[in-house]
Amino acid sequence: MDLEAAKMIGAGLAAIGAGMAALGVGNVFGSFLESALRNPGAADGQQGRLFIGFAAAELLGLLAFVVAMIILFV
Amino acid sequence: MAVAGETAKVDPMYQFTVKPLLGENLDIAGYNIAFTNSALWMLITAVVLWVFMIGGMKRELVPGRWQMTVETFTGFIDDMLEANVGKAGRKYVPYIFSLFMFILLANLLGLMPLGIFGVHPFTFTSHFTVTGIFAIISFAIVLIVGFAKHGLHFFSLFVPSGTPLPMVFVIAPIEFISFLFRPFSLGLRLFVAMMAGHVLLEVLSSFVIDGWNAGAGFGLLVGVPSFLLMVAICALEILVAGIQAYVFALLSSLYINDAENLH
Repeated sequence: MDLEAAKMIGAGLAAIGAGMAALGVGNVFGSFLESALRNPGAADGQQGRLFIGFAAAELLGLLAFVVAMIILFV
Repeated sequence: MAVAGETAKVDPMYQFTVKPLLGENLDIAGYNIAFTNSALWMLITAVVLWVFMIGGMKRELVPGRWQMTVETFTGFIDDMLEANVGKAGRKYVPYIFSLFMFILLANLLGLMPLGIFGVHPFTFTSHFTVTGIFAIISFAIVLIVGFAKHGLHFFSLFVPSGTPLPMVFVIAPIEFISFLFRPFSLGLRLFVAMMAGHVLLEVLSSFVIDGWNAGAGFGLLVGVPSFLLMVAICALEILVAGIQAYVFALLSSLYINDAENLH
Protein backbone atom coordinates (compact mmCIF):
# COMPACT_ATOMS: atom_id res chain seq x y z
CA MET A 1 0.00 0.00 0.00
CA ASP A 2 1.48 3.35 -0.93
CA LEU A 3 1.44 6.39 1.35
CA GLU A 4 -1.33 8.18 -0.54
CA ALA A 5 -3.78 5.27 -0.16
CA ALA A 6 -2.86 4.84 3.51
CA LYS A 7 -3.54 8.56 4.09
CA MET A 8 -6.99 8.27 2.55
CA ILE A 9 -7.83 5.23 4.71
CA GLY A 10 -6.53 7.05 7.78
CA ALA A 11 -8.69 10.09 7.04
CA GLY A 12 -11.70 7.82 6.58
CA LEU A 13 -11.01 6.13 9.91
CA ALA A 14 -10.72 9.53 11.59
CA ALA A 15 -14.26 10.27 10.38
CA ILE A 16 -15.51 7.54 12.76
CA GLY A 17 -14.84 10.07 15.52
CA ALA A 18 -17.34 12.46 13.95
CA GLY A 19 -19.99 9.74 14.08
CA MET A 20 -19.16 9.05 17.73
CA ALA A 21 -19.58 12.76 18.49
CA ALA A 22 -23.01 12.53 16.85
CA LEU A 23 -23.91 9.90 19.48
CA GLY A 24 -22.62 12.21 22.19
CA VAL A 25 -24.49 15.29 20.98
CA GLY A 26 -27.65 13.25 20.50
CA ASN A 27 -27.30 11.92 24.03
CA VAL A 28 -26.93 15.45 25.44
CA PHE A 29 -30.05 16.78 23.74
CA GLY A 30 -31.99 13.54 24.24
CA SER A 31 -31.37 13.46 27.97
CA PHE A 32 -32.23 17.13 28.21
CA LEU A 33 -35.54 16.68 26.41
CA GLU A 34 -36.39 13.59 28.45
CA SER A 35 -35.99 15.41 31.73
CA ALA A 36 -37.38 18.71 30.39
CA LEU A 37 -40.65 16.97 29.58
CA ARG A 38 -40.81 15.58 33.11
CA ASN A 39 -40.28 19.00 34.67
CA PRO A 40 -40.88 21.75 32.09
CA GLY A 41 -40.66 24.45 34.75
CA ALA A 42 -36.98 23.74 35.43
CA ALA A 43 -36.03 23.35 31.75
CA ASP A 44 -35.38 27.02 30.90
CA GLY A 45 -32.92 27.46 33.74
CA GLN A 46 -30.75 24.61 32.46
CA GLN A 47 -30.25 25.83 28.90
CA GLY A 48 -26.79 27.18 29.65
CA ARG A 49 -25.68 23.78 30.96
CA LEU A 50 -27.30 22.13 27.93
CA PHE A 51 -25.10 24.12 25.57
CA ILE A 52 -21.98 23.60 27.69
CA GLY A 53 -22.54 19.85 27.41
CA PHE A 54 -23.24 20.20 23.71
CA ALA A 55 -20.04 22.22 23.19
CA ALA A 56 -17.93 19.69 25.10
CA ALA A 57 -19.34 16.72 23.16
CA GLU A 58 -19.10 18.50 19.83
CA LEU A 59 -15.50 19.59 20.31
CA LEU A 60 -14.30 15.97 20.30
CA GLY A 61 -16.06 15.33 17.00
CA LEU A 62 -14.55 18.48 15.53
CA LEU A 63 -11.13 17.30 16.69
CA ALA A 64 -11.71 14.12 14.66
CA PHE A 65 -12.46 16.32 11.63
CA VAL A 66 -9.26 18.29 12.26
CA VAL A 67 -7.28 15.04 12.42
CA ALA A 68 -8.77 13.97 9.07
CA MET A 69 -7.93 17.37 7.53
CA ILE A 70 -4.36 17.24 8.87
CA ILE A 71 -3.90 13.75 7.44
CA LEU A 72 -5.26 14.80 4.05
CA PHE A 73 -3.76 18.27 3.55
CA VAL A 74 -0.73 18.73 5.80
CA MET B 1 -16.29 10.87 -11.03
CA ALA B 2 -14.94 9.64 -14.36
CA VAL B 3 -15.85 12.94 -15.99
CA ALA B 4 -14.33 14.96 -13.20
CA GLY B 5 -11.02 15.09 -15.04
CA GLU B 6 -12.56 16.64 -18.13
CA THR B 7 -14.97 19.10 -16.55
CA ALA B 8 -13.89 21.67 -14.01
CA LYS B 9 -13.20 19.76 -10.80
CA VAL B 10 -14.70 21.41 -7.73
CA ASP B 11 -12.07 22.13 -5.10
CA PRO B 12 -13.85 22.40 -1.73
CA MET B 13 -10.90 24.21 -0.14
CA TYR B 14 -10.66 26.97 -2.74
CA GLN B 15 -13.37 29.06 -1.02
CA PHE B 16 -11.08 29.60 1.97
CA THR B 17 -8.27 31.21 -0.07
CA VAL B 18 -7.24 34.60 1.27
CA LYS B 19 -6.69 36.88 -1.71
CA PRO B 20 -5.16 40.36 -1.65
CA LEU B 21 -7.47 43.01 -3.11
CA LEU B 22 -5.45 46.19 -2.55
CA GLY B 23 -1.77 46.87 -1.98
CA GLU B 24 -0.31 43.44 -2.80
CA ASN B 25 3.23 44.77 -2.39
CA LEU B 26 2.72 46.64 0.86
CA ASP B 27 5.25 45.24 3.33
CA ILE B 28 5.96 46.23 6.90
CA ALA B 29 8.97 44.59 8.55
CA GLY B 30 8.86 41.72 6.09
CA TYR B 31 5.14 41.02 6.56
CA ASN B 32 2.65 41.64 3.79
CA ILE B 33 -0.21 43.87 4.96
CA ALA B 34 -2.36 43.80 1.84
CA PHE B 35 -6.09 44.50 2.17
CA THR B 36 -7.49 41.00 1.64
CA ASN B 37 -10.98 39.63 1.03
CA SER B 38 -10.88 38.47 4.66
CA ALA B 39 -10.32 42.06 5.80
CA LEU B 40 -13.03 43.26 3.42
CA TRP B 41 -15.63 40.95 4.95
CA MET B 42 -14.56 41.88 8.46
CA LEU B 43 -15.14 45.49 7.46
CA ILE B 44 -18.54 44.65 5.95
CA THR B 45 -19.51 42.76 9.12
CA ALA B 46 -18.43 45.68 11.30
CA VAL B 47 -20.42 48.14 9.15
CA VAL B 48 -23.54 45.95 9.20
CA LEU B 49 -23.26 45.61 12.98
CA TRP B 50 -22.73 49.37 13.29
CA VAL B 51 -25.80 50.17 11.17
CA PHE B 52 -27.85 47.62 13.13
CA MET B 53 -26.88 49.20 16.44
CA ILE B 54 -27.26 52.84 15.34
CA GLY B 55 -30.74 52.09 13.99
CA GLY B 56 -31.81 50.59 17.31
CA MET B 57 -30.28 53.04 19.79
CA LYS B 58 -32.92 55.75 19.53
CA ARG B 59 -33.99 55.27 23.18
CA GLU B 60 -37.65 55.75 22.39
CA LEU B 61 -40.02 55.25 25.31
CA VAL B 62 -42.22 53.00 23.18
CA PRO B 63 -39.69 50.94 21.19
CA GLY B 64 -40.28 50.30 17.51
CA ARG B 65 -39.51 46.98 15.84
CA TRP B 66 -35.85 47.76 15.19
CA GLN B 67 -35.16 48.97 18.71
CA MET B 68 -37.05 45.93 20.02
CA THR B 69 -34.71 43.61 18.04
CA VAL B 70 -31.58 45.30 19.36
CA GLU B 71 -32.93 45.23 22.91
CA THR B 72 -33.72 41.52 22.58
CA PHE B 73 -30.07 40.83 21.74
CA THR B 74 -28.61 43.06 24.45
CA GLY B 75 -31.09 41.66 26.99
CA PHE B 76 -30.15 38.12 25.96
CA ILE B 77 -26.43 38.75 26.60
CA ASP B 78 -27.22 40.66 29.79
CA ASP B 79 -29.28 37.74 31.13
CA MET B 80 -26.56 35.26 30.17
CA LEU B 81 -23.88 37.18 32.10
CA GLU B 82 -26.22 37.74 35.04
CA ALA B 83 -26.91 33.99 35.23
CA ASN B 84 -23.31 32.86 34.79
CA VAL B 85 -21.20 35.55 36.46
CA GLY B 86 -23.69 37.33 38.71
CA LYS B 87 -23.80 41.03 39.52
CA ALA B 88 -20.13 41.49 38.64
CA GLY B 89 -20.89 40.29 35.13
CA ARG B 90 -22.57 43.55 34.07
CA LYS B 91 -19.28 45.21 33.16
CA TYR B 92 -18.47 42.48 30.62
CA VAL B 93 -21.71 42.99 28.66
CA PRO B 94 -20.08 45.31 26.05
CA TYR B 95 -17.26 42.85 25.34
CA ILE B 96 -19.40 39.68 25.21
CA PHE B 97 -22.09 41.47 23.20
CA SER B 98 -19.61 42.74 20.59
CA LEU B 99 -18.04 39.29 20.38
CA PHE B 100 -21.38 37.53 20.02
CA MET B 101 -22.82 39.90 17.42
CA PHE B 102 -19.61 40.07 15.39
CA ILE B 103 -19.31 36.28 15.21
CA LEU B 104 -23.03 35.81 14.55
CA LEU B 105 -23.10 38.37 11.71
CA ALA B 106 -19.85 37.01 10.25
CA ASN B 107 -21.26 33.47 10.21
CA LEU B 108 -24.56 34.58 8.69
CA LEU B 109 -23.03 36.94 6.10
CA GLY B 110 -20.69 34.13 5.03
CA LEU B 111 -23.74 31.96 4.30
CA MET B 112 -25.48 34.60 2.16
CA PRO B 113 -26.18 33.26 -1.37
CA LEU B 114 -24.48 36.28 -2.98
CA GLY B 115 -22.66 33.99 -5.43
CA ILE B 116 -25.58 34.32 -7.85
CA PHE B 117 -24.72 38.03 -8.14
CA GLY B 118 -21.05 37.21 -8.72
CA VAL B 119 -19.96 38.34 -5.25
CA HIS B 120 -18.43 35.52 -3.22
CA PRO B 121 -18.86 35.91 0.53
CA PHE B 122 -15.84 35.02 2.60
CA THR B 123 -16.47 33.50 6.03
CA PHE B 124 -13.52 34.80 8.00
CA THR B 125 -14.63 32.83 11.09
CA SER B 126 -13.55 29.72 9.17
CA HIS B 127 -9.91 30.75 9.70
CA PHE B 128 -8.05 29.84 12.85
CA THR B 129 -6.06 33.08 12.74
CA VAL B 130 -9.29 35.03 13.31
CA THR B 131 -11.03 32.77 15.83
CA GLY B 132 -7.74 32.16 17.61
CA ILE B 133 -7.35 35.91 18.17
CA PHE B 134 -10.93 36.09 19.55
CA ALA B 135 -10.08 33.22 21.92
CA ILE B 136 -6.78 34.82 22.98
CA ILE B 137 -8.59 38.10 23.78
CA SER B 138 -11.09 36.20 25.98
CA PHE B 139 -8.29 34.27 27.65
CA ALA B 140 -6.26 37.45 28.22
CA ILE B 141 -9.26 39.06 29.93
CA VAL B 142 -9.57 36.01 32.19
CA LEU B 143 -5.86 36.17 33.12
CA ILE B 144 -5.76 39.95 33.63
CA VAL B 145 -8.96 40.07 35.68
CA GLY B 146 -8.00 36.98 37.66
CA PHE B 147 -4.54 38.18 38.63
CA ALA B 148 -5.64 41.79 39.20
CA LYS B 149 -8.51 40.75 41.45
CA HIS B 150 -7.07 37.80 43.36
CA GLY B 151 -3.31 38.16 42.91
CA LEU B 152 -1.38 34.92 43.33
CA HIS B 153 -4.46 33.47 45.04
CA PHE B 154 -5.76 33.00 41.49
CA PHE B 155 -3.71 29.78 41.33
CA SER B 156 -6.20 28.18 43.76
CA LEU B 157 -8.38 27.86 40.62
CA PHE B 158 -6.41 24.70 39.90
CA VAL B 159 -7.35 23.12 43.25
CA PRO B 160 -11.11 22.66 43.58
CA SER B 161 -12.28 23.30 47.13
CA GLY B 162 -12.48 20.21 49.31
CA THR B 163 -9.76 18.27 47.50
CA PRO B 164 -7.89 15.88 49.86
CA LEU B 165 -4.19 16.76 50.13
CA PRO B 166 -2.81 13.61 48.39
CA MET B 167 -5.10 14.23 45.43
CA VAL B 168 -3.90 17.82 44.95
CA PHE B 169 -0.74 16.65 43.21
CA VAL B 170 -2.81 14.70 40.70
CA ILE B 171 -5.66 17.13 40.17
CA ALA B 172 -3.68 20.39 39.98
CA PRO B 173 -1.69 19.42 36.84
CA ILE B 174 -4.84 18.12 35.13
CA GLU B 175 -6.75 21.32 35.93
CA PHE B 176 -3.77 23.36 34.79
CA ILE B 177 -3.58 21.59 31.44
CA SER B 178 -7.34 21.88 30.92
CA PHE B 179 -7.05 25.60 31.74
CA LEU B 180 -4.28 26.09 29.17
CA PHE B 181 -6.27 24.16 26.56
CA ARG B 182 -9.22 26.57 26.86
CA PRO B 183 -8.23 29.25 24.32
CA PHE B 184 -7.25 26.54 21.87
CA SER B 185 -10.55 24.67 22.16
CA LEU B 186 -12.53 27.92 22.09
CA GLY B 187 -11.00 29.07 18.81
CA LEU B 188 -10.87 25.59 17.30
CA ARG B 189 -14.57 24.87 17.87
CA LEU B 190 -15.80 27.92 15.97
CA PHE B 191 -13.32 27.63 13.10
CA VAL B 192 -13.85 23.90 12.51
CA ALA B 193 -17.63 24.09 12.78
CA MET B 194 -17.77 26.85 10.17
CA MET B 195 -15.19 25.25 7.89
CA ALA B 196 -16.83 21.81 8.03
CA GLY B 197 -20.21 23.29 7.12
CA HIS B 198 -18.84 25.19 4.14
CA VAL B 199 -16.85 22.19 2.89
CA LEU B 200 -20.01 20.05 3.18
CA LEU B 201 -22.05 22.55 1.14
CA GLU B 202 -19.30 22.74 -1.48
CA VAL B 203 -19.01 18.94 -1.76
CA LEU B 204 -22.80 18.56 -2.11
CA SER B 205 -22.92 21.26 -4.79
CA SER B 206 -20.13 19.45 -6.65
CA PHE B 207 -22.32 16.31 -6.56
CA VAL B 208 -25.13 18.30 -8.20
CA ILE B 209 -22.86 19.77 -10.88
CA ASP B 210 -20.91 16.59 -11.65
CA GLY B 211 -24.11 14.52 -11.53
CA TRP B 212 -25.87 16.60 -14.19
CA ASN B 213 -22.69 16.79 -16.26
CA ALA B 214 -22.59 12.97 -16.31
CA GLY B 215 -26.04 12.79 -17.92
CA ALA B 216 -29.73 13.08 -17.06
CA GLY B 217 -29.78 9.65 -15.37
CA PHE B 218 -27.05 10.58 -12.91
CA GLY B 219 -28.63 14.00 -12.58
CA LEU B 220 -31.94 12.57 -11.40
CA LEU B 221 -30.35 9.82 -9.30
CA VAL B 222 -27.60 11.87 -7.62
CA GLY B 223 -28.11 15.53 -8.46
CA VAL B 224 -31.69 16.00 -7.28
CA PRO B 225 -31.32 14.25 -3.88
CA SER B 226 -28.02 16.09 -3.31
CA PHE B 227 -29.71 19.39 -4.09
CA LEU B 228 -32.55 18.68 -1.63
CA LEU B 229 -30.01 17.66 1.02
CA MET B 230 -28.06 20.85 0.29
CA VAL B 231 -31.13 22.99 0.98
CA ALA B 232 -31.69 21.15 4.28
CA ILE B 233 -28.01 21.49 5.24
CA CYS B 234 -28.23 25.24 4.50
CA ALA B 235 -30.99 25.50 7.12
CA LEU B 236 -28.84 23.47 9.51
CA GLU B 237 -25.89 25.80 8.83
CA ILE B 238 -27.96 28.84 9.83
CA LEU B 239 -28.73 27.03 13.10
CA VAL B 240 -25.03 26.17 13.56
CA ALA B 241 -24.04 29.80 12.89
CA GLY B 242 -26.27 30.90 15.77
CA ILE B 243 -25.30 28.07 18.11
CA GLN B 244 -21.56 28.54 17.58
CA ALA B 245 -21.77 32.29 18.26
CA TYR B 246 -23.83 31.53 21.39
CA VAL B 247 -21.44 28.82 22.58
CA PHE B 248 -18.43 31.12 22.09
CA ALA B 249 -20.09 33.87 24.14
CA LEU B 250 -21.33 31.39 26.77
CA LEU B 251 -17.93 29.76 27.28
CA SER B 252 -16.21 33.17 27.37
CA SER B 253 -18.59 34.28 30.11
CA LEU B 254 -18.03 31.00 32.01
CA TYR B 255 -14.27 31.51 31.89
CA ILE B 256 -14.72 35.10 33.05
CA ASN B 257 -16.81 33.72 35.92
CA ASP B 258 -13.79 31.64 37.01
CA ALA B 259 -11.70 34.81 37.11
CA GLU B 260 -14.35 36.94 38.84
CA ASN B 261 -15.46 34.49 41.55
CA LEU B 262 -12.86 31.79 42.23
CA HIS B 263 -14.75 28.55 42.81
